Amino acid sequence: MMRFFRRAAPPPSEPDTSATEAAPASVEASLSSTRKGFFGAVRGLFQTQRSLDDGFWDELEERLIQADLGAHTTGDLIEELQSQHARLPFQDPKAAELALRAELLTLLKTTGDTGLFLPDVQDGIAIILVIGVNGVGKTTSIAKLTHYFQGGGRHPILIAGDTFRAAAIDQLKIWGDRTGVMVIAQAPGSDPASVVFDGIGAAVGRGADTVLIDTAGRLHTKINLMEELKKVRRVVERRHPGAPHETLLVLDAITGQNGLMQAKSFAHAVGVTGLILSKLDSSAKGGVVFAIAQELKLPIKFIGTGERLEDLSPFDPDEFLHALFT
Amino acid sequence: MFEALTDRMQGIFKDLRNRGRLGEPEVDAALKEVRLALLEADVNFRVARDFIKRVRERAIGVEVSESLTPAQQVLRIVNEELVETLGGEPGRIDWTGEMPAPVLLVGLNGQGKTTSAAKLALTLRKLGQRPLLIACDTFRPAAVLQLVTLGKQIACDVYEEGTAARPVDIAMRGLQWGRDHGHTVAIVDTAGRQQVDEALMAELVELKAMVKPNEVLLVASAMTGQEAVNVAQVFHDKLGLTGLILTQIDGDARGGAALSIRAVTGIPVKFLGVGEKVEPLTSFYPDRLASRILGMGDMLTLIEQTQDMYSQEEAISLQKKLVKGQFTFDDFLKQMQQIRKMGSLQSIIEMIPGLNQLMKRPEMAKALDEKQFKRVEAIILSMTLQERALPSLIDGSRRRRIAVGSGTKVQDVNQLLNQFRDMQSMMKQMSKGSVPKHLAKLMR
Ligand SMILES: Nc1nc2c(ncn2[C@@H]2O[C@H](COP(=O)(O)OP(=O)(O)OP(=O)(O)O)[C@@H](O)[C@H]2O)c(=O)[nH]1
Ligand SMILES: Nc1nc2c(ncn2[C@@H]2O[C@H](COP(=O)(O)OP(=O)(O)OP(=O)(O)O)[C@@H](O)[C@H]2O)c(=O)[nH]1
Ligand SMILES: [Mg+2]
Ligand SMILES: [Mg+2]
Repeated sequence: MMRFFRRAAPPPSEPDTSATEAAPASVEASLSSTRKGFFGAVRGLFQTQRSLDDGFWDELEERLIQADLGAHTTGDLIEELQSQHARLPFQDPKAAELALRAELLTLLKTTGDTGLFLPDVQDGIAIILVIGVNGVGKTTSIAKLTHYFQGGGRHPILIAGDTFRAAAIDQLKIWGDRTGVMVIAQAPGSDPASVVFDGIGAAVGRGADTVLIDTAGRLHTKINLMEELKKVRRVVERRHPGAPHETLLVLDAITGQNGLMQAKSFAHAVGVTGLILSKLDSSAKGGVVFAIAQELKLPIKFIGTGERLEDLSPFDPDEFLHALFT
Repeated sequence: MFEALTDRMQGIFKDLRNRGRLGEPEVDAALKEVRLALLEADVNFRVARDFIKRVRERAIGVEVSESLTPAQQVLRIVNEELVETLGGEPGRIDWTGEMPAPVLLVGLNGQGKTTSAAKLALTLRKLGQRPLLIACDTFRPAAVLQLVTLGKQIACDVYEEGTAARPVDIAMRGLQWGRDHGHTVAIVDTAGRQQVDEALMAELVELKAMVKPNEVLLVASAMTGQEAVNVAQVFHDKLGLTGLILTQIDGDARGGAALSIRAVTGIPVKFLGVGEKVEPLTSFYPDRLASRILGMGDMLTLIEQTQDMYSQEEAISLQKKLVKGQFTFDDFLKQMQQIRKMGSLQSIIEMIPGLNQLMKRPEMAKALDEKQFKRVEAIILSMTLQERALPSLIDGSRRRRIAVGSGTKVQDVNQLLNQFRDMQSMMKQMSKGSVPKHLAKLMR
C-alpha cells in the first residue's frame, strides 16, 4: 500500500527536520486507505456487470451506511437514484455510479465556498477560532494551519485558549517552536476568555497578521463549557469587530452519526463557518460530512491526513470525490 | 426515542392482540424500526444485520404474554439479545502474576488513552493496588508532560524518560523501576496510531512481545462510527486485545461502536470513561448500554451522574419519586439545576425514557428551553415550600402572587403548572410498563 503520509517509526529524535523536508502528501495518496475501504467497494460494486436489481440497491445502501453517511442521507440518495433510474433507466452500474457521484458532489458544492474568508494581510489582522469535541485534532490542525499560512506569506501568532487539558499549553508551544511562531499563553487554569482577550491585544501589538486561537475540547452537550465557548467568541468580537473571520469546527473522520449533532450544536452556539475534516489518513471516510452538508450546509475547508505539519490540504470537492471513487 | 420506537412498533402490531403469536410480517416490520435505531447508534451495518437475524429467529412464533403488548414483547427480545451480546464481566483487570502487572493501552489518535490511563490508575488504587504509569508516547508533542501532569493530580508515580528513547525500552525500564518500588500494576500509555499504519502497528507488536502485558485494552470513543469494526479487528489480530475502554460516554453519542467491537472481536467492554477530569472509570453494565444504543434512554447513568451531586438517599428517593410520579416542584427545580451542571437539557431528556417523546410536544420543548430556564426557576422559587410539595394548593390568588414574585405573567405560571402535571402523569405511566423491564425492576 502506497502511503506517502506515513510518519516515521520509531519517531526521530528531531521530528521537525524530517517532517519539514518531506514532500506534501497529495490528497489522493492521503486518501488511499480510505479508498481501500468501502468507497473502494462502492466502486467495485459499480464495476461489476450486474443488473440494477434489488440486490444492487441493497448493496449500495450497505456501502453508503458503512461509510458513515447515515441511514437518512443514504436513504435519500438511493431514493433519488432510483427515481432517476425509473425515469430514464441507467444502462449499467457505471451510469449509476456517475449519477451517485453527481449527487454527492452537489451535496458538497451547495454548502458554499470552501475557501477561507480572511482580510488581506494589508487590511488588518485575520482571526480564526478553532473548536470541536475532545481529541479530534484541534491543536494539531492549528499547527498545520500555521504551516499552511506561512507558505502563503502570513505571519501567524497562536493563542493558547485551552487552559484546561493537562499539558495542552505545552503541546501548542512545542508546535510554536517547530513552526517558529509565537504562542501567547497564560497559566493553566486561567479563564480562557481573558487569555483570548489579552492574547488578541498582544498579537496586534506584535504586528501579527493572522491569529489562530486554540480552544479546549468540549462535548457539545455540556452547557457550561459551551457557555464558556460563547464567551470566548464574544470576547473576540468585542476585541476586534468583524472577528472571528473564521470559526472552524474540527471533525474526526472516525466519527459516526454523532458528528451531525456536534456540527449542529457548535453551529448553534457560536456559528461555524467551516469544517476541518481530520484524520483522513485513517481507514474511515468521514461520510457524516455528507449528512452535515445535507442538513447544515457547512462547507469543509480543510482535510487533515496525518500528524505532521504538511498533512493538511485545502478541501476540494472534486478531488475528494475523485479520490474516494478511484 | 424509546417512545418513538415503541409507538412506531405499536402501530405495526395493532391488529395482533387477538392472534396471540408474533408472526413474520409484524416481526419484520418491527425489526425494520429496530434496525434503523441500531444504525442511528452507529452499530456497524453488518453487525446490525446479523443481530436482527438472531432476534428474528427468536421472536417469530413467540407467544404474546398477557402483560406485554406485542411491541414490548419484541423490544424485550431485542433488549435481551443486546444485553447478552454486550455481556461480559464488568470492570475487572487481571493483576495476577509477576508484579507489576503490565496493562497496555492502545488505540487511534485522540480517543482518550492518556486520560484513561490516569483514570484507570485511580480506579485500581481504589481496589487496593499500587499503580504506576509509564509514559511511552514519545511522539505526540507534550504527551509525556500530559501524563506526568495527570499523575501529579492523582499523586500517582509516573515513569518517563522524555522523548529520546524507544517506547519499548522505556517500557522495560519502567517495569523494572516499578518492581523496585513496589508497584503492583503498570499502566503503559502508548502513542495514538491508525491501524492502517503498518510501521506503527509493528512498533506496538514489538512492545507487546517484550512487555508481555496481562491486559491489552483498546481505548475507543463512544462517538466512533461504522469503521469501529475494522479498527478493532486489526488491533485485535495484531495484539490480542483483552478488553475495551469506551470513552466519552458523557456525551450524547449512542455508543453502538461498542456492540460492533464486541461482535467482531468478542472482547468485553471493561470500563466506561466519563468526563475529561481524572475520576475513576465507570463500571460497565450491559443493560444500560443496551438501552442507550436502542435510544431507550439511559436512566441509570443519569441517576448515577446525579448521584455524584446528590447524596445517596436523595438519589434513591428521587428514583422512587420519578417512577411513582410523586416528585415535587422542589425536586424538579433541583433536577433542573443539577442538569445545568451536567449537560444540556436535551441530553438529559434523551436519557430519560419517555421524556424525549414528551418533550417533542412544542409546549414542553419550550418549557425546557435553556432560555426559559431562568423564568421557570424564578417561578418555582416564588412558591412556598408547601406549594412546591403540593402544587394542587396553588389557586388563582396564589398564582397571581407567584407571577408577581417571579416577575412573570400568570399565564407563565399556569403553563408551568400544566406541564408539571403532564410530566407527573407521564412518569406514572412509565412506571406502569412502558419502561423496559430490567430498568423498571432496578428502579422500584
Ligand atoms: N493520524 C492522524 N492523527 C491526527 C490528525 N490530526 C491530529 N491527529 C492526532 O490526534 C491526536 C489528538 O490531536 P490534538 O491536536 O491534540 O487534538 P485536540 O482536538 O487538540 O485535543 P484536545 O485539545 O484534547 O481536545 C494527536 O495524537 C494528534 O497527533 C490527522 O489528520 N491524522
Ligand atoms: N468528555 C470526555 N473527554 C474525554 C474522555 N476521555 C478523554 N477525554 C478528552 O479527550 C481528549 C483526548 O484525550 P487523550 O487522553 O489525550 O487521548 P489520547 O488517546 O491519549 O490521544 P493521543 O495520545 O494523542 O492519541 C482530551 O481532551 C481529554 O480530556 C471522556 O471520557 N470524556
Ligand atoms: Mg488541543
Ligand atoms: Mg495520549
